[in-house]
Amino acid sequence: MTPIPHLTWRSVLNRRLTAGLTIVSVALSVALLLGVERLRTDAREGFASTISGTDLVIGARSGPVQLLLYSVFRIGNATNNISWKSVEAVAAHPQVAWVVPLSLGDSHRGFRVLGTDRGYYEHYRYGRGRRLEFQEGKPVAELFDAVVGAEVARALGYSVGSPLVVAHGTGDVSLAEHADKPFKVVGVLARTGTPVDRTVHVSLEAIEAIHLDWQGGAPIPGLVISPADVRKFTLTPKAVTAALVGLKSRAAVFQVQRFVNDYRGEPLMAILPGATLQELWGLIGVAEQALLAVSSLVVAVGLAGLAAVIVASLGERRRELAILRSLGAGPRHVFLLLASESLLLALLGCVLGVALLYGATLGLSPWLESRFGLVVSLGPPSIHEWVLLSAVVGAGLLASVFPAWRAYRLSLADGMTVRV
Amino acid sequence: MLQNVQFRWRPTLPPCLDIGEFRVSAGERVFLHGPSGSGKSSMLSLIGGVTLPERGEVRVLGTDLARLTGPARDRFRAEHLGFVFQLFNLIPYLSALENILLPCRFSPRRRAAAEAAGGSVPAEARRLAEHLDLAPALLERPAAELSVGQQQRVAAARSLIGRPQLVIADEPTSALDADRELAFLELLLSECAATGAAVLLVSHDVRLADRFDRAVALADINRAMTDADA
Repeated sequence: MTPIPHLTWRSVLNRRLTAGLTIVSVALSVALLLGVERLRTDAREGFASTISGTDLVIGARSGPVQLLLYSVFRIGNATNNISWKSVEAVAAHPQVAWVVPLSLGDSHRGFRVLGTDRGYYEHYRYGRGRRLEFQEGKPVAELFDAVVGAEVARALGYSVGSPLVVAHGTGDVSLAEHADKPFKVVGVLARTGTPVDRTVHVSLEAIEAIHLDWQGGAPIPGLVISPADVRKFTLTPKAVTAALVGLKSRAAVFQVQRFVNDYRGEPLMAILPGATLQELWGLIGVAEQALLAVSSLVVAVGLAGLAAVIVASLGERRRELAILRSLGAGPRHVFLLLASESLLLALLGCVLGVALLYGATLGLSPWLESRFGLVVSLGPPSIHEWVLLSAVVGAGLLASVFPAWRAYRLSLADGMTVRV
Repeated sequence: MLQNVQFRWRPTLPPCLDIGEFRVSAGERVFLHGPSGSGKSSMLSLIGGVTLPERGEVRVLGTDLARLTGPARDRFRAEHLGFVFQLFNLIPYLSALENILLPCRFSPRRRAAAEAAGGSVPAEARRLAEHLDLAPALLERPAAELSVGQQQRVAAARSLIGRPQLVIADEPTSALDADRELAFLELLLSECAATGAAVLLVSHDVRLADRFDRAVALADINRAMTDADA
């Protein structure tokens, strides 16, 4: 019976240009807010799921975050290696199910080279316990075989059969190369969204082999051992960079951690990857919070703009409000008319914003994934996103109360008579 | 009917209205003469129930407006009164027809009355518009596109739809050309007569007075003005 919804609709239609622009500005801010929120959760999830199924990471004694960074994220370098004897000692612990040694330090055209054993392909897990899968080819079998991550294959155009040469050290500009012992790609891993994508995997023995005739970071002058001859040497490594450890029972994790930390042969450290990931995220989290705060401010600006547009229109609408008063509209009708107009714009802005977000996600997700390894989910809004959306609508309601209250005051003062 | 009414806009201002008694009988056509600044707007606000007197009683159709709550006064205005103002009477974003229909959206009583009179509410609106010399094609146009004269006639049709008991016209002709002025007045008065509504027309133009049953000068009944002049 109340004519307000009809009038609201017609009045908004009448001012479609300003109304449309206002809706677009609210929509953009909402899309930004939700987009940032979604990127944030997805980045955190991707981050937290970089490694799973590994109970402990062991390495030389340093900081837990540093150990995690170089062993799992391939960022930075180890301060020290751990001896093969220590690895064997840990593997011999009755609670330890498996140990995957990791040997880092070389690179291939900017991508890290990881020496490891076959257990890596079996035990490394990411996400919710997902295994590494081969896009093509198979794991390393021969001494100079290499398996490349998806990003390495994409960036360098590698496929099974491509030759590659490992460089000594980890710089981008190539340093001394182990050119005499070329590798052959035998497998390409499927994309994981983790640092595995950016890694070249070879066997531990190969790492040992290419360094046989090297010392102190340079080839030993006069000593050349050909690829055919290296097989005559014992290629068991003397030291590795770190090791992933799986336990028979998770309950023993602190027991084994203590065993490693108290190991007498050399100073070792064992970390729980999950806990250290949390710690690391805590460091990055500040930036993430700042991002959310900025996008919330953008929403506030959008809604303030909405309120400003409606308030600005009041000047020319005083006459209209007076006419409505003469027709029997009360001040509360005037309030409702203005409030519902702003609320309608805010709601339409939210709806359009969500639509924009989904459109943009659909359009940009291949690029985001290939460029940054960010897998952006396209699911329905999460509970947290609903909370954010309702907060925006709530703020929209608040923003609409202001012009409505102004109109209410104006119409009380004007009554039916505005002299034009 | 107003009795012993005093009114001021703000407590700090002197009263702008002080009226001993002023009545309009049912169906009567009254011309209220007053130059601008003589308290016309205040008086119409009081009769419309938009404002309440500081003292005294405003009865419209036997109802003491002061006894009604704010929303009830708004409803009362929607049900029983029709207004025509000097200019800019229409909601610009609605068509002429929708403007005429507006009172029926605010008041069920007037919708029922319009339905009874014309068969349906839009039919009644078209009938009134035709009586007021508005071509049917004009009714679909946005109000903002109509000429001033057309707008005034649409406003008149709107004030009359659903048979309100009192039509209040505040300088309805002063924006019109002299020859259109009288024609409009004739149309308005004859339609009010047809629906049986009383008319209270306020104008500074005394030449219109002879069309009415009775003419009253606001200056004569408003003691506040006399005091101020003295």
